[in-house]
Amino acid sequence: MGATALRNGPSPVPAPIDSIVEVRGISKTYGNVEALRSIDLDFPRGKLTSLLGPSGCGKTTLLKIIAGLIRADGGTVAINGKHVTAPGAERAFVFQDFALMPWATVMRNVAFGLELRGTNKAEREEIARRYIAEVGLAGFEDKYPHQLSGGMRQRVGLARALSVDADVLLLDEPFSAVDEQNRRKFQEDLIRLRTNQNKTFIFVTHSIEEAVYISDRIVLLSPRPGRVSQIIEPEIDRSGDPERIHRDRHYLDTVEEIWQGLKQYVE
Amino acid sequence: MAVSIRTDGEAAGLASPSTRSATGASWDQPILLRLVSIALFAGIWEVAGRIPVSFAFPTFSDTIVAFFGLLADGSLATAYLSTLQPLVLGVVLSAFLGVGLGTICGLWRTGEWLVIPVFIVLQAAPVAAFIPMVTFVYGIGMTAKTLAVMILALPVIVLNTYKAVHNVNESLLVMCRSFLGTNWQTVAKIILPDASPVIFAGLRLGVAAGFVGVVLAELLITPTGIGDLITFHRSRADYAEMYATIASIIALSTLTLVFLQWVEVRVFRPESRGV
Repeated sequence: MGATALRNGPSPVPAPIDSIVEVRGISKTYGNVEALRSIDLDFPRGKLTSLLGPSGCGKTTLLKIIAGLIRADGGTVAINGKHVTAPGAERAFVFQDFALMPWATVMRNVAFGLELRGTNKAEREEIARRYIAEVGLAGFEDKYPHQLSGGMRQRVGLARALSVDADVLLLDEPFSAVDEQNRRKFQEDLIRLRTNQNKTFIFVTHSIEEAVYISDRIVLLSPRPGRVSQIIEPEIDRSGDPERIHRDRHYLDTVEEIWQGLKQYVE
Repeated sequence: MAVSIRTDGEAAGLASPSTRSATGASWDQPILLRLVSIALFAGIWEVAGRIPVSFAFPTFSDTIVAFFGLLADGSLATAYLSTLQPLVLGVVLSAFLGVGLGTICGLWRTGEWLVIPVFIVLQAAPVAAFIPMVTFVYGIGMTAKTLAVMILALPVIVLNTYKAVHNVNESLLVMCRSFLGTNWQTVAKIILPDASPVIFAGLRLGVAAGFVGVVLAELLITPTGIGDLITFHRSRADYAEMYATIASIIALSTLTLVFLQWVEVRVFRPESRGV
């Protein structure tokens, strides 16, 4: 437990009391590239934790191992105390490339997770309609993905993940294929959504600003091999206007601090 | 010249009333263009027939008259009754067998190694050369003709399906798995819809090849149906009737392909409607 939290860093934090996801000794090697070396991590329930690091640090690999989409070479992942090695109903994934079915409407895409589970049509469409509205796409139910902008497509991906009512949402660089304006808007919406939805978010990003802006907790990974180098809990008040955060002193300091820490890995 | 000006006017007139009719406009306009294209073709045919290009080349109008003559005396209906049996049977069998086999090969490595090379060779081979062999083995009945259709139609359907299934969008597969899709659900809800444009391209080519197969069989194996009608009118130098028969089978083949496209857009890829 203590191992993760006691790594030296500017703001070390005590181990969380209630962790929903527990990662123990996870390692993964691709050929002769060591992507992850014995990762121990706890993800607190109801919080948004970011996995942040330069490319090659294995953050997406770690997320996909938690999702059960990639098998680890060693170590375990436990969700609510139960070991998992495959995808499960308590986790839902938001994909970097959206992974929407181009032949299906927004409605069918959002309801797809429920469709696979055999929920009847009326019920799943009612649920989907609610989450489509939740992510701000009301009125677009009958549109096809190619009729939407990148930002709107990722909202569909998010609504699909929300509608299966998983405890843990896994987001793999969800905004990297979305343009800057839409990304800002989406990040603000995500902060609002987090307060409404009582869910745990695990968020992979390579953007320091993004991580600090939205996260309760930031796990910094260092590359080659991927290891946890630091855990930071930015103490930013997100209750007010989300616009204000960008000018918050603490926000700016944390971004700078992380950048100083990551600089050594960038050449 | 006149054609392009008229269609521009049509497009402007149709697009303006409301945005909702935009999809309707994009449908109407190609239909108009197609009609113009058919009219042009008929006109050139008529002129060429009147020159005449060859004594064995009837005019368009003579061919149309002959067509209605064949319709009236029932010979066309009789011919199609016998041609359509092996054709429909062969095409339907090829479609299901081909899509099934192609899907299995796309999903299953061993199947791929066993089956695909055979079809690659079949597709490359001048398959019409097999028809005498088919006759030798299966005689001159329905089986031989159905086989002739399938030999021509099957390879392209199998290979297209295989390629489409093999190259299915990887990220959609991962998505389906992450949302707990079973293997069957993955095939039915992700792989087949994702592959359907390429599968349907293969089906269209396969169906067209099936028409070739049935006509070849009727010209080479048993003088029955459409093949017989063509041979018969040629031997009597009724060129207008012969052309009418040929044109009718071309028209039928085209209509079948249009119908297939309609099914594809309706059932499998609704998002491409009006695009």
